[in-house]
Amino acid sequence: MARRYDSRTTIFSPEGRLYQVEYAMEAIAHAGTCLGILAKDGIILAAEKKNTNVLLDDENFFSDKIYKLYDDMVCSVAGITSDANVLTNELRLIAQRYFLQYGEPMPCEQLVSWLCNIKQAYTQYGGKRPFGVSILYAGWDKHYGFQLYQSDPSGNYGGWKATCIGNYSNAAISLLKQDYKEEISLQEAKALVVKILSKTLDTTKLSPEKLEIASLYREKNNTKMSILKHEEVKRLIEDQERVEKEEEAQKKREAEARPST
Amino acid sequence: MAVCGESGDTTQFSEYIAKNVHLYKMKNDYELSPRASANFTRRMLADSLRSRERYNVNLLMAGYDEVEKKAELYYMDYLASMMELPYCAHGYGSYFVLGCLDAYYKPDMSVANGYELLKRCIAEISKRFSINLPTFSVKLIDKDGIHDQEPIHARQLVI
Repeated sequence: MARRYDSRTTIFSPEGRLYQVEYAMEAIAHAGTCLGILAKDGIILAAEKKNTNVLLDDENFFSDKIYKLYDDMVCSVAGITSDANVLTNELRLIAQRYFLQYGEPMPCEQLVSWLCNIKQAYTQYGGKRPFGVSILYAGWDKHYGFQLYQSDPSGNYGGWKATCIGNYSNAAISLLKQDYKEEISLQEAKALVVKILSKTLDTTKLSPEKLEIASLYREKNNTKMSILKHEEVKRLIEDQERVEKEEEAQKKREAEARPST
Repeated sequence: MAVCGESGDTTQFSEYIAKNVHLYKMKNDYELSPRASANFTRRMLADSLRSRERYNVNLLMAGYDEVEKKAELYYMDYLASMMELPYCAHGYGSYFVLGCLDAYYKPDMSVANGYELLKRCIAEISKRFSINLPTFSVKLIDKDGIHDQEPIHARQLVI
């Protein structure tokens, strides 16, 4: 039934759905997970790297998941990498054009909104397919401080305290609903990110090669982004494994202590 | 924003800038800072300069920055040069007035002292400048907005 209405982006189905847009979102549901958490003193973006082939020259090329857009904003992508490249290039251009015109950095929401208007155009006219990318934006501006946004192929966007896109995003989001608390610190957010990813990713063991964690923070009136080094990611993973072991041991003790019926 | 230059251009350009600044506020809920507005204005001047016909306007732009909590004054001319300055002037009268300001301006002046300094400058040009400029309107820009001040009449000044 859907067959007749899904080959062109520019038409609605009888139920009022845009199939091409939904199929684009399907593509993203199979992509590497990206998780973002807004802390009171910064933002953490974590991405699951799917391309961990030993033959990849990862010394010289930059991440394919996390991109710096301009001094005050960083983004993480999930979906078709080549589409993501085009969009991040466009985001960088938009940000610099704003800076050229106004002499000050672009406020976060305006950048997200601008790109989403472009993404929306691909769902309404032109006859071209939508971009198969969802993006998590982490940025700071003088109006609203630290902000976390998410956009998807339909051109919709929203501001979040914590969210996840890509593979297993639903599981991660339900875990976040329980474990996220307001006024979380950057350090606690790093631990939370590792905890959530270790519980939702299907790989049996997390390792620093598979995980990329970036943190955005302010230092002396400047916004800084740092990608966590291997050692620190390793330590976070080890801490998390230790906590899990203790929880398991605790559960066992409680089960044994309970009188059997 | 105070404009001078080719009549017609002055109205056209200043209204264009003012409406664009207002549009920004409508779209984004917050206002453009004085620095951003000044940069935007300068960009418009620079683009028009390198096109079919330039806007022949000189202007002074003043605003209060809510975030930085200070007032800023920008000087821009028709060639799209821009400078943030403590005091400035456009026109032939500026040749007389700048010397006056150089001598008597102090960074920690109060508003009342500033108004007196303005009177002094106007007294200077009414004495030395060959063209009669009888009346000046004055506006004060501070954290509470834009306020009309008492206009200064040259003939009432002690010369």
